[in-house]
Amino acid sequence: MWVYEKKLLYPVEVKECNPKLARYIAEQYGGADGELAAALRYMNQRYTVPDKVIGVLNDIATEEFSHLEMLATMIYKLTKDATPEQLEEAGLGAHYVNHGHALFYENAAGVPFTTTYFQAKGDPIADLYEDIAAEEKARATYQWIIDISDDAWINDSLKFLRERENVHSLRFREAVEVLKEERDRKKIF
Amino acid sequence: MDYTFRGSYEPYISPWDPCPPIKVKTFSLPPQLFMNFQPTSLPQFSPAEALQHGTLWPALVDGYSKREGIS
Repeated sequence: MWVYEKKLLYPVEVKECNPKLARYIAEQYGGADGELAAALRYMNQRYTVPDKVIGVLNDIATEEFSHLEMLATMIYKLTKDATPEQLEEAGLGAHYVNHGHALFYENAAGVPFTTTYFQAKGDPIADLYEDIAAEEKARATYQWIIDISDDAWINDSLKFLRERENVHSLRFREAVEVLKEERDRKKIF
Repeated sequence: MDYTFRGSYEPYISPWDPCPPIKVKTFSLPPQLFMNFQPTSLPQFSPAEALQHGTLWPALVDGYSKREGIS
């Protein structure tokens, strides 16, 4: 069960209509290394990991949903009231035909989200290593979006989100260390 | 070396769990986790043993068998 606070994790200021930037941000919204994939991955893996690391996965999954909400706000505001012509010019003509002004879980190229973007292996080490890799890939994706964006306000929020990937990566690395401490001793007969 | 390459934990068990509970869950903690960089001059298998194990170095072998029943 969750308690919802009707505010964003970190402020999102959108000063100009920029559907092309919205399209690029979609990579983190519904892409392979995006926040939705991260949230669903951790929220699902959490059931079959050792007790000591359930909390890390649950807490980070929860935070990822708050990141998803920030991205949704950016995409919504960057495309709100954009004309079909503006959307088409930004490469969102096909998106407009299918979804109008609605948001959709798809990547920057318009490929719809799929759960094949992530795994639940049932092996704690395999799962945590995937999680560490996912955080580093998300960090890199934020870097490339920041590189291609000239919106200083959006970039401020993206820099915040990028830094959170660093922190999460470290938490998962710490979870691996916690499990290594659970190593069984040899039975001496 | 008095440690295995397995870890274990006792998951929470509810009195209302529908399936008979597995009281201890085991998972792999393979050797590479404890060796960030492989030390030099580790003992080696004979060529025939190395082929059978899949590595020249006994320190990298943790084995796995069906009987372990890691869940």
